Amino acid sequence: MAAHATGHAAHGAVGHVVPIRTLVGVLCVLLVLTVGTVGVTKVDLGPLNLLLALAIAVVKGALVLLYFMHLRWDRPFNAVVLISALVFFMIFVGLALMDAHNYQSEMIPGYGTLTP
Amino acid sequence: MSSVGSEPGARRATAGGYGLEQDNYLTSSRGILSWIFTLDHKRIGVMYLISILSAFFLGGMFALLVRLELIAPGKTIVDADTYNQFFTLHGAIMIFLFIIPGIPAALGNVVLPLMLGARDVAFPRLNLASWWMWVAGACLAVVTLLTGGVDTGWTFYTPYSTSTGTSVIPIVTGVFILGFSSIFTGLNFIVTVHKLRPKGMTWFRMPLFLWAIYGTAVLQVLATPVLGITLMLLVAERALGVGIFDPALGGDPVLFQHFFWFYSHPAVYIMILPAMGVISEVVSIDSRKHIFGYRFIALSSVAIAILSFLVWGHHMFTSMSPLANMVFSALTFSVSIPSAIKVFNWLATMYRGTLVLNTPMLYALAFIFLFTVGGLTGLFLGMLAVDVHVHDTYFVVAHFHYVMFGGTVMAFLAGLHHWWPKITGRMFEEKWGKLAFWLVFVGFNTTFFIQFVAGTQGMPRRYWDYPERFTPYHVISSIGSFIMAAGFFVSLFCLLHSLMRGRLAPANPWGGNSLEWWTPSPPPTQNFDRTPEAEDPYDFTEWKYDRQVRGYVREGV
Repeated sequence: MAAHATGHAAHGAVGHVVPIRTLVGVLCVLLVLTVGTVGVTKVDLGPLNLLLALAIAVVKGALVLLYFMHLRWDRPFNAVVLISALVFFMIFVGLALMDAHNYQSEMIPGYGTLTP
Repeated sequence: MSSVGSEPGARRATAGGYGLEQDNYLTSSRGILSWIFTLDHKRIGVMYLISILSAFFLGGMFALLVRLELIAPGKTIVDADTYNQFFTLHGAIMIFLFIIPGIPAALGNVVLPLMLGARDVAFPRLNLASWWMWVAGACLAVVTLLTGGVDTGWTFYTPYSTSTGTSVIPIVTGVFILGFSSIFTGLNFIVTVHKLRPKGMTWFRMPLFLWAIYGTAVLQVLATPVLGITLMLLVAERALGVGIFDPALGGDPVLFQHFFWFYSHPAVYIMILPAMGVISEVVSIDSRKHIFGYRFIALSSVAIAILSFLVWGHHMFTSMSPLANMVFSALTFSVSIPSAIKVFNWLATMYRGTLVLNTPMLYALAFIFLFTVGGLTGLFLGMLAVDVHVHDTYFVVAHFHYVMFGGTVMAFLAGLHHWWPKITGRMFEEKWGKLAFWLVFVGFNTTFFIQFVAGTQGMPRRYWDYPERFTPYHVISSIGSFIMAAGFFVSLFCLLHSLMRGRLAPANPWGGNSLEWWTPSPPPTQNFDRTPEAEDPYDFTEWKYDRQVRGYVREGV
C-alpha cells in the first residue's frame, strides 16, 4: 500500500494508479481463465458446460471491472450504478426469455430454429 | 439572507426591467457562428427550442394531412401507401425529434444551470455536441422524406420493417444518432446536478423541476443504448441478412418488440417526467403557495424512473405468453401509484392557494386534467381482458395522445410561457396566450376524446379506409385538429409578437423563488454576478408584487 500512497501523492489529479505488477497478475489470470473456457468445451459435462463457461465469464468480467476499471478503489456509488445496470439487464433478458420459453410450444414448425 | 439580490445586477433587475441594451446572453456576441458554435447553455437551449419547434411544425403538418385524409372514407387526398408514410413520419418526427428532446434539451438546457445558480452545465462541449447530433439525426429524417419516405409506423416492427421497400435504414440511422444526442444531454444533466449544486441546495432543497430532469436523465442514459442496439440489429438483419428477428433465419419477431419496448416504455417517461417537473413549478408559483408534499413529489419521480423499466411488456399483450402477460399487467398498475401521488400533491398545493390564472397556469391546469384522463384510460389498457378488445384501436391512439399531448405538450407550453420572459427578456400578451390556450384545449379534446369512443366501437388504428358508420367520429376528430392547429398559430403569433412588441420582462414576473428568478431577464452571459446561495425554492413570502416594476421584488433588496 506504500506504493499506492506514493501513487496518490504523485498522481492525485488523475485518481488511483494500479501498480503494473497487479495489472500483469490480473492479465495472467484472465489468460488462464480464457484457456479454461476453451478447455471445458473439450469435455462433455452436459448442461454444466454452459454454466461453467458463464461462471468463468462472470469471474473474468469482475476482474476487469475491479482492477482494470478501478472499481475496487472507486467510491461505492459507482458499484451501486454498475450493479443496478446489471440488475436491469437481468430483468430485461430474464423476462424476455421467460416469455419466449412460454410460447415456444405454440410456435409454427421450424420457427425459431435455423433453417438450412 | 445572502443573495444575489444584493448585487448590482439583481438590483437593476428588480428596479424596473433589464434592458436588452445591457449585457445579456442574447446580444453579447453576434453572427450565426457565435450561435452554432456557442458553449453557452442558454444559447444551446434556444437553438434546441427553435429546432424542436421546427420539427413540431413538420410533424404537425403530417398530422393535419392524416386527419384530412381520414375526414371521409376511401381516398380523400392521398392513396393508402402515402397515408402510411404520413402517419409514420408524424409519429417518428414527433417522438424522436420533438417530444423526447422537447422539455429536457430545450427548456432544461436554459433553466437547469440557472436553477442551480451555476455558470453552465458540467460539460458545455458535450452539450453543443448533443445539439449537433440532433441536427445530424434530423437531416437523416429529411433524407428519408426525400428518398421515398418510410411506412412502418414509428415503432419499426419486424418483420415488416425488414421487408418493406421504403427507406427504413436512413430513418433508423437517424434515430440511432438522435439517441446519442439524448444520452449526451442526460449524462450532462446527471453530472451537473451532482456536482454543481450551490451552497444551501441539498438534494431535498432542489426545485422539483431539477428532480424531474434528473430522473429523466437517468432514464436517458440507461434506456437509450437499448434502442441503439435494437436499431443496429434491425439494420444488420435488413442489410446483411443476419437472422435475429426473422423466423426464416432463426430469429424471433417478438424479440424485436421486447427490445424496442424495453427502451420505448421508459422513453414515454423520458417524455412525461420533465413535464411533471414543469407542472410542479408552475402550480406552486401560480398558486402563490408552498408546494405540498415536496418529498413525495421528488421521490415519486425516482419511483417512476425505476418502475418504468418493469412495464414494457404491456405494449405486447397480444403477442406475449399468458404468464408474461399476467406479470406485466400487475407491474403496470404499480406505475399509477407515483403518478397519482403527484396529481394529489398538485391538487393539495392549489387547495386554498391564491390561484393566478395566467397562460402558464392554464396550461398547467389543462395538464392535470388531461393527464388524469390519459392515466386513467391507461388502467383500462393495463387490464388484460379489456386490452384484448381495444388493442390497436383508436382507444390506444386517444390514450397515448392524452398522455403525450395532453400531458407533455401542455406542460411544454406551460413551461415555455413560464420561462419565456426569462429566455427572451420580453413579456407576451396574456390575451393572445389565453386565446391560443383555449383553442388548443378545445381543439385537442374535440380531436381525441371522440377517438376513445371510436376505439371502443372497433375502429382500428393506422387504417386508411373505414366503414361508413365511423365517419362522424372521424369528421369530428378532423375538425378538432384544425381548431388545434389554429391555436398553435395564435400561440406562434403571441410569442413572435412579444419578441417584437412585448414589454421588457422584469427579473421575476411570476414571483418564483428558485434561483433563475434571482438573475435578470434575459440573464447575463455569466448567469450570476457571483455564485448565489440557495434557499427554499417554494417559499414565496418574501416576494411582493410591485406595480411599477410589473413583477415581483423582494423586500429589503
